[in-house]
Amino acid sequence: MFFWSLVLIAVGIFSSFIYGRSRIKLNSKKQGTKSKSLPNYYAQYVLMWCLFPALIVYFSWAIFQEQIIQNIVISNFEYIEGAVYNEGLLLAEIRNVANNPSFADGKSIEIINAASHYSSLRQISQISFYTSIIIIMLLGALYASQKLKPEFHAQHTIEKYIQYILIFCSSVAIFTTIGIVFSLIFESLRFFAEVSIFEFLFSTEWYPFIPIREGQTAAEGSFGAVPIFAGTFLVMVVAMCVAAPLGLLTAIYLAEYASQRVRKIVKPLLEILAGIPTIVYGFFAFVSVAPFVKAFGQSIGIDASPTSALAAGMVMGVMIIPFISSLSDDVINSVPQNLREASLGIGANKAETIKKVILPAALPGIVGAFLLAISRAIGETMIVVVAAGTAPNLTGNPFENVTTVTVQIVVALIGDQEFDNPRTLSAFALGLVLFVITLFLNIIALQIVKRYRERYE
Amino acid sequence: MSNSKILANGVDVYYGSKQALFGISMDIKEKEVTALIGPSGCGKSTFLRCINRMNDLIEICKVSGSIKVDNEEIISEKTDVVSLRSKIGMVFQKPNPFPKSIFDNVAYGPTIHGLVDSKNELEEIVHSSLKKAGLFDEVKDRLNEPGTSLSGGQQQRLCIARAIAVNPEIILMDEPCSALDPIATAIIEELIDELRLNYTIIIVTHSMQQAARVSQKTCFFHLGELIETGETNKIFTNPDNTKTQDYITGRFG
Repeated sequence: MFFWSLVLIAVGIFSSFIYGRSRIKLNSKKQGTKSKSLPNYYAQYVLMWCLFPALIVYFSWAIFQEQIIQNIVISNFEYIEGAVYNEGLLLAEIRNVANNPSFADGKSIEIINAASHYSSLRQISQISFYTSIIIIMLLGALYASQKLKPEFHAQHTIEKYIQYILIFCSSVAIFTTIGIVFSLIFESLRFFAEVSIFEFLFSTEWYPFIPIREGQTAAEGSFGAVPIFAGTFLVMVVAMCVAAPLGLLTAIYLAEYASQRVRKIVKPLLEILAGIPTIVYGFFAFVSVAPFVKAFGQSIGIDASPTSALAAGMVMGVMIIPFISSLSDDVINSVPQNLREASLGIGANKAETIKKVILPAALPGIVGAFLLAISRAIGETMIVVVAAGTAPNLTGNPFENVTTVTVQIVVALIGDQEFDNPRTLSAFALGLVLFVITLFLNIIALQIVKRYRERYE
Repeated sequence: MSNSKILANGVDVYYGSKQALFGISMDIKEKEVTALIGPSGCGKSTFLRCINRMNDLIEICKVSGSIKVDNEEIISEKTDVVSLRSKIGMVFQKPNPFPKSIFDNVAYGPTIHGLVDSKNELEEIVHSSLKKAGLFDEVKDRLNEPGTSLSGGQQQRLCIARAIAVNPEIILMDEPCSALDPIATAIIEELIDELRLNYTIIIVTHSMQQAARVSQKTCFFHLGELIETGETNKIFTNPDNTKTQDYITGRFG
């Protein structure tokens, strides 16, 4: 039904466009004056007045139709005295019967009645849906066609409408973000109603178990997230130890030393590295790097676990190299050429020029790149899920199992659980923490980059 | 030819497959100002940048021929570009101070070349270079402020001070006044006149009045060739070549 209505709308806007175009030509010929805007703008004007009301009708139907029909069916349902009904199950049953009459066998008469009621309501809804779309399009076209006079500035109005459309589009992303933040906050509040925020932020015991039966004291959970934060931090530090020097030196090579040909080959290759799905990095970490780390640990006398912060961090470091190298390369490239010439012209060699002139000038941008890479590392999930382990160890030893915020969110959400207990709700609290930290990192990074621009431009 | 400082002989320059300079030969005397003039794209800046091998920075640029500075060949694989450039300072078209303090801008050269042993010595060089560039009195109270905070003319004099600080013998100037207002230009021109007592100066300029005011020798370039070279007075009053005549009287260019 919704597909055919889209065809209907398409036909409607097409004919409204043609109509608007010919109508304004006719009108201006009749009055003997030239229209203020080109005929196409009048046509677009009619089109918009046709399209947008129709779209509003379309979407409100798509969103509300099912709900309203269900409400009517349920409220008219002939309940039998004394019987207990589950509304969700009941509705599913009615829908099944309505969609597939062969299911009707053996169902009670009330259900069959309700199903036919449901079907007839759907039919009514469908007919009125098509009718209202046609009517609203005609009304829109009618309203618009009254304005189709040569002295009407169609172009100005169109421009205004386009601005509204653009504002609407950009607000979609903004409101989505705000919505996500609020849902995070409210769910977190539910979590903090059951677990104290001080326990969450400062206690070092993370056993996210909940009693399955009433009064089962043996599995009382505790939600101190410190080991999780520490694990995240440890993996991030390992990752940055790998990525910061490699990424920065790569950027310096690419920007200052590499010939055009090498650059043309290497830069896209690096960017491919950024495009590898992180789960692929994950099993690379688990299958290749983690055993190597374990063997290496044993060879120097450290008892390493099969999954470790070091393995996950190293692979994550490789993953964020392209972020750092690509951003730093851009920053270094944007240091004005005349600074290079000035330094070389005095007789500085390339290394001195890079060390004393280019890097200091590019430093804020590079710091910004690092911070963005860090926020990326903290939010990374798949590598750590596979290769870091799930044990909430509070440790500084990178050979040990650790767990991160993202891993614990995954763990909390896996399984068939309702969002009504601290275990699943803890995912939101952890998500909120993650969000706040990355938000701050991004804000600081952007501030630094901005201040740098002001200073050197 | 005893006091010939720079001796160019048959210098060809190619950008990729396009030839930009055709067999330039030139003799530049010590402690004189030589002006290179000519219409845009005639190769005067390219030639200037051959003298301190600045063209090395452009990957596709190939230079052949011979340029001798103090009788030493510089168009060669073996040339020590770093020491060459410390001997030949350069001032660019657009003032390009480093994003550092005024002091550090001037101190940059002496520091990287290890010309100083102590802080006092460095300070002395910085002060004297700023004095020679005629900037000291204007900035002596704010040596720690960023060089980029100065006005355009001051920035250009800072760049001159920075070039002088490594004690070069030759200073190349690539249209040093084209981004400056007339007053700042006049100050720089006066400065060039003072500097020639100690340095050999080669200046590329679009302004013929400027060439006439500051230089002793003038070389006229056209389409990558050196058309005429001689005493500035003679070039501007009685040139041998009709192309030179046409250019300085404003018939083309």
